[in-house]
Amino acid sequence: MNPIALLPWQSVAALLAAIVALAGLPILPDGMAPASTALVFLLVLTGALVPLLRLPTATESFVLFAAAHGPVYLLLSGITGHEGQAGLAFFALVAASWLIAWRLVTVLSLARPTSRPMGTLLRLVVPTLFGVWLLLLWEAIVRGAGIPFILLPPPSLIGVRIANSLPILAADVQQTIFKSVFAGYFMGCAAGFSVAILADRFVFLRRGLMPIGNMVSALPIIGVAPIMVMWFGFDWPSKAAVVVIMTFFPMLVNTVAGLTAAGSMERDLMRTYAAGYWQTLWKLRLPAAAPFIFNALKINSTLALIGAIVAEFFGTPVVGMGFRISTEVGRMNVDMVWAEIAVAALAGSIFYGVLALIERAVTFWHPSVRGG
Amino acid sequence: MTDRLRDKIIPVTVILAAIVVAWYVGSYAMNAPFQRDLDRRAGVTSTTWEFVVKTMSQPKPTLPAPHQVAVNFVENTFFRKVTSNRSLVYHAAVTLSSTVLGFAFGTVLGILIAVGIVHVVTLDRSLMPWIITSQTIPILALAPMIIVVLAAVGITGLIPKALISTYLSFFPVAVGMVKGLRSPEIMHLDLMHTYNASAGQVFWKLRVPASVPFLFASMKVAVAASLVGAIVGELPTGAVAGIGSKLLSGSYYSQTIDMFAALVAGSIVAILLVSLVGLAGRITERVMGARPA
Repeated sequence: MNPIALLPWQSVAALLAAIVALAGLPILPDGMAPASTALVFLLVLTGALVPLLRLPTATESFVLFAAAHGPVYLLLSGITGHEGQAGLAFFALVAASWLIAWRLVTVLSLARPTSRPMGTLLRLVVPTLFGVWLLLLWEAIVRGAGIPFILLPPPSLIGVRIANSLPILAADVQQTIFKSVFAGYFMGCAAGFSVAILADRFVFLRRGLMPIGNMVSALPIIGVAPIMVMWFGFDWPSKAAVVVIMTFFPMLVNTVAGLTAAGSMERDLMRTYAAGYWQTLWKLRLPAAAPFIFNALKINSTLALIGAIVAEFFGTPVVGMGFRISTEVGRMNVDMVWAEIAVAALAGSIFYGVLALIERAVTFWHPSVRGG
Repeated sequence: MTDRLRDKIIPVTVILAAIVVAWYVGSYAMNAPFQRDLDRRAGVTSTTWEFVVKTMSQPKPTLPAPHQVAVNFVENTFFRKVTSNRSLVYHAAVTLSSTVLGFAFGTVLGILIAVGIVHVVTLDRSLMPWIITSQTIPILALAPMIIVVLAAVGITGLIPKALISTYLSFFPVAVGMVKGLRSPEIMHLDLMHTYNASAGQVFWKLRVPASVPFLFASMKVAVAASLVGAIVGELPTGAVAGIGSKLLSGSYYSQTIDMFAALVAGSIVAILLVSLVGLAGRITERVMGARPA
């Protein structure tokens, strides 16, 4: 049987890309030693042909891992300092190693993990590889095509920038996240929660507030930011006020919806126990509402960050993430902007992740947690 | 009918009235100190009622009274030429155009991603966690950079703003569509299997119809997000046109009444867009033969 037919399509495409690269040699006019060029080709060929050997999944994954990341490492270290000189061969080889990485991810996705920790590891590795390759391709394209760093800096430069300006970033995080976001988030969520309990107690209030709350969630509330800046001044209270307004309604709507989640059977049971309103609320209905409340907390974590950062576009003291983004854009220091965005993304993910962990601990009884 | 009156119309009206009253009280409380200052400097003594009226007719109040906002809004919406720079219709139209363009891009992109995730295992495993993570990232912070960098390359006008709207609107659609395309039950999939249906047939005849309610539900969220993106996208362009720029120029010159009127205009646009998407959803479902539940 034709061996090509036995190969998965990613390997065939990687082989084709390697042939194209051969035609387009050298990889760089100067800067790549012949030895490393040969090594790149060798690794790509290994990666493309390894599916033929029918190795066990683990071994094959290791070979593919080396065959995908070795060449791209050599290529990237070759292009550094020679930006914009890359020819057809460079891009063809990057594409070939990307295809091998794709093959690796496919192998890992189809793998049947033998134990639970292995399964967790696989679930983490696959998306991590995807993220890493996004950065690698970004780096390769920016450096290879010689895109001016002022337009789109490569990830490595952004990393250097983060490492070099840690004090500034820390001050910005302190101002924006620890002062504005946290203060506003806690006040907004607490207010939304309290009003939701009130609305639950008084049916008239609930009937009046719910349609309004649902409508407000569609409005561009972020527009109140300049007004809040005018009222509360440039420092963090104005940002916290924006965050309070943005987080109030999701909390209200979700909590009220959650308080109706307890079944009538359970409520009847509480009534047969002669439980009062507050006892029923505390022991039955609030725990039943927990998934909804945590949903609101998670939505609000993102909204709070957005609210605080955008509010800083309208005026701040000379510190803060939104301030830094808007001023550094003006000075065309795009790498600092990306550093700030990376930090914001990290902070947002940590915020969300912590909430998700607390949720798992609190709603351990819920099917979505138990089943997983 | 009486049920509707009792359960919805009366409570909502009462709460709205309470909000308006609270607003008037608030605008008196917030404008009074400045007015007192003015009166003292001018040496005017006025009765309580005159004083209250004066706090509600300042040209640049801290919190404008509802009727001031309403007058400004009506004036700038209905009594100005649509092409005038002061017309709210003009600004709303500018914002609306980038909202709709970004929303269209975002919806198409979201659907494509969802189809890919449902059909390719590799994408499901590798892309889905990133889609969820990306929702935790304050992507709006990118807005000024996208605008400035694209302007440096020579792309200005509608496209950069629409790109920000696209960013914000494709997440809800992608997540909702993945849920929708996976919503057919095993039994229905098995039935298609017994018919010897191909993957394409399962997709077009079962998955797509099943996903339509999810699509419209997530499109409602997406269109609201898209409007927010368009408004924020107008901020760094230096207040040329649009509701966002109206807010920004209002904040430069302390034109609070203008800012509130712009907010009202933005809210009306949002409500119109969401209702339109909802209406389109209901019509589509009726055409496809859904019965009212």
